[in-house]
Amino acid sequence: MLQVSIYRYNPEQDAEPSMEDFEVDTGGKDLMVLDVLELIKAQQDPTVTYRRSCREGVCGSDGLNMNGKNGLACITPLSDSVKGNKLVIRPLPGLPVIRDLVVDMSLFYAQYEKVQPYLQNDTPAPAIERLQTPEDRAKLDGLYECILCACCSTSCPSFWWNPDRFVGPAGLLQSYRFLADSRDLATEERLARLDDPFSVFRCHGIQNCVNVCPKGLNPTRAIGHIRSMLLKRAA
Amino acid sequence: MRTISFDGVIVGGGGAGMRASLQLAQSGYKTAVISKVFPTRSHTVSAQGGITCAIASADPNDDWRWHMYDTVKGSDYIGDQDAIEYMTSVGPEAIFELEHMGLPFSRTEEGRIYQRPFGGQSKNFGEGGQAARTCAAADRTGHALLHTLYQNNVKNKTVFLNEWFAIDLVKNQDGAVVGVTALSIETGEVVFVKSKATVFATGGAGRIYASTTNAHINTGDGIGMALRAGFPMQDMEMWQFHPTGIHGAGTLVTEGCRGEGGYLINKDGERFMERYAPNAKDLAGRDVVARSMVLEILEGRGCGPEGDHVFLKLDHLGEEVLESRLPGILELSRTFAHADPVKEPIPVVPTCHYMMGGIPTNIHGQALTIDGSGADQVIPGLYACGEAACVSVHGANRLGGNSLLDLVVFGRATGLFLEEAMRSGIEVRDPTQSDLEEANARLAKLEAAPVDESVASLRKELQNIMQNHFGVFRKGDFMREGIEHLAALRPRIEAVGVADKTQAFNTARIEALELQNLFEVAESTAISAEQRTESRGAHAREDYQDRDDDNWLCHSVYFPTEKRLGKRGVNFAPKTMDAFQPKIRTY
Repeated sequence: MLQVSIYRYNPEQDAEPSMEDFEVDTGGKDLMVLDVLELIKAQQDPTVTYRRSCREGVCGSDGLNMNGKNGLACITPLSDSVKGNKLVIRPLPGLPVIRDLVVDMSLFYAQYEKVQPYLQNDTPAPAIERLQTPEDRAKLDGLYECILCACCSTSCPSFWWNPDRFVGPAGLLQSYRFLADSRDLATEERLARLDDPFSVFRCHGIQNCVNVCPKGLNPTRAIGHIRSMLLKRAA
Repeated sequence: MRTISFDGVIVGGGGAGMRASLQLAQSGYKTAVISKVFPTRSHTVSAQGGITCAIASADPNDDWRWHMYDTVKGSDYIGDQDAIEYMTSVGPEAIFELEHMGLPFSRTEEGRIYQRPFGGQSKNFGEGGQAARTCAAADRTGHALLHTLYQNNVKNKTVFLNEWFAIDLVKNQDGAVVGVTALSIETGEVVFVKSKATVFATGGAGRIYASTTNAHINTGDGIGMALRAGFPMQDMEMWQFHPTGIHGAGTLVTEGCRGEGGYLINKDGERFMERYAPNAKDLAGRDVVARSMVLEILEGRGCGPEGDHVFLKLDHLGEEVLESRLPGILELSRTFAHADPVKEPIPVVPTCHYMMGGIPTNIHGQALTIDGSGADQVIPGLYACGEAACVSVHGANRLGGNSLLDLVVFGRATGLFLEEAMRSGIEVRDPTQSDLEEANARLAKLEAAPVDESVASLRKELQNIMQNHFGVFRKGDFMREGIEHLAALRPRIEAVGVADKTQAFNTARIEALELQNLFEVAESTAISAEQRTESRGAHAREDYQDRDDDNWLCHSVYFPTEKRLGKRGVNFAPKTMDAFQPKIRTY
């Protein structure tokens, strides 16, 4: 029997959060962590609360902290996470908890919106698509795949300290996704909006974001590019 | 109950909903999207291979009429030709708009949008061989599309009611739809969301089956709400089983794998589709490929210790092609099949994927009912687009790459129509107190019900009935047995209760409400399937193996109040050309 310990907190009933232990029969299979949560919710306690949708690692709903590491529950096999038959599941760190494993992501989304995450190009559009070379398009690889799961930003000490002022790895990755797009013409405005001591420069290159990204993306590298663009602009 | 008012309310934050909301928000009308998940968690995000459209990139001579022909043929001739004509001809404009919004399509050497071959696509009305017409952003097209639409809605200041759950439609004393009751999942507050136009873009309901490529959230909430309000459903027997769901996990492997040159093999290593579809082979219609796979398995040529799946072979394409064209598939296969496609084949099996049926609509997204004389009547105030709607461009079988086109084109069309309608003015009578109470009755009943059975076990029972009795191959007596099981299940699901009465993020309560929606979808599917006594497209019967154009070249229309099945004519009157007449469908 797998020993599972889950962070519980219901604001209407609990004065403070606590950990609750469950035993789960995995049938000897290397299930995903989400499967284990689904088994607990279906068979033991329907009040255990978490988000989930696609169950295949593309929607970004079930970012959780599993045995101390952020990741997506639906694509984290027990063999990657369980240590000594024990699995401790907590909400993503640093954001307010709404209930159990569900966090309030408003601050995270606000930072995403702050970078104006949409293509800006006011020139008249052609009758067909705007052309882009495969080489220019390749510059978006490793950027556009972000699923907004928040695993990165909630593992970042700089974001924990300044979630209102430091854009954080997810938002900055998206910012660079548009800075790197040959079709986007708002480079100067985008950089101007980021040119302060907090938005970008609170990144200290700790690289927790890179370690946890379930899509294998590298926000630190993107932040480095933005930093260079800002420094070049100042020079 | 608090009231919040908008010009237009869209229920569902997937591709169709956000394309409709974008159109309406851009025109300055007060627009809200109610989504039970943050919009980029919607199931459109899982679409992989692409969006089929004759933009003439891969082939400068490509013609939307060829795409139209393929789609009509793919539908097994019960797709409405006016709607298919509209979708395929307006499509290029809708695709270019998406590109202008920033969608990161893959590119050709000329800098144009990359297009790949997909199943059922031909040149020159089936005479010119395989077409490459499916526009792709690697194998993450749905993700790229959904995020682009969300981003542009943010830009245009659409109001998002994220993590709100629509409970039921509100109708006024004239029978017009005037909004929905909705529950804030975070706080538990129930409000009346009032609107001059209510658009259902609630997506599919693949979770009625035990094995599905669909997300947990695909519970047919719009279908459930419309059926409870007494509105009819069209072609609900038509469910697509995608040939390549990963065996065991159910997760999707895109048809683009076969488009890029992959193929299916049985336990003898034989490329068996050459026998079933000598011309198109692995790129025949999905219904044809899925049935062929099941036959291989039933005849003892399945793979694995249980012989219960076949293999999708990709390794001959080489690592470079796989890394650049199908990177997401490599990830999914390694994670869920423990197979590295660079070296070994992926175990796959036909898996419930898409609902061709849904709320009948015209090409403007207006929901329809059928009056006593058999004529279409617009349901005032109600609209639908995307998978929840049946316009019908897919008929009895959807072609790969046509779902994204459907949701973009008809989300847009619905928005355009609403813009015009709002401009000319929409006046509706307010609902009475009792109208509102009626719309909240389901939640009130759930809250008061004793807890006898668990939602999870009832859901499992429902899914097993559908899986066993209404799968790839169907038979009358077996379906009738399934309908009896469903009839016995209905009172138990209607009486379901939830022990957890707290308000904050009560997912147990949401799952109970979703279960009731799933049941409505399942029942309408079952009754429609049993009564369509022929085989057409995805609906394959062992007791009626042939297509019966004399009796069934028509839509089925399910009326929930009497649980009766009626028929509705298929449109054979495209505006700019002669209709395609039914032919024997071979690939």
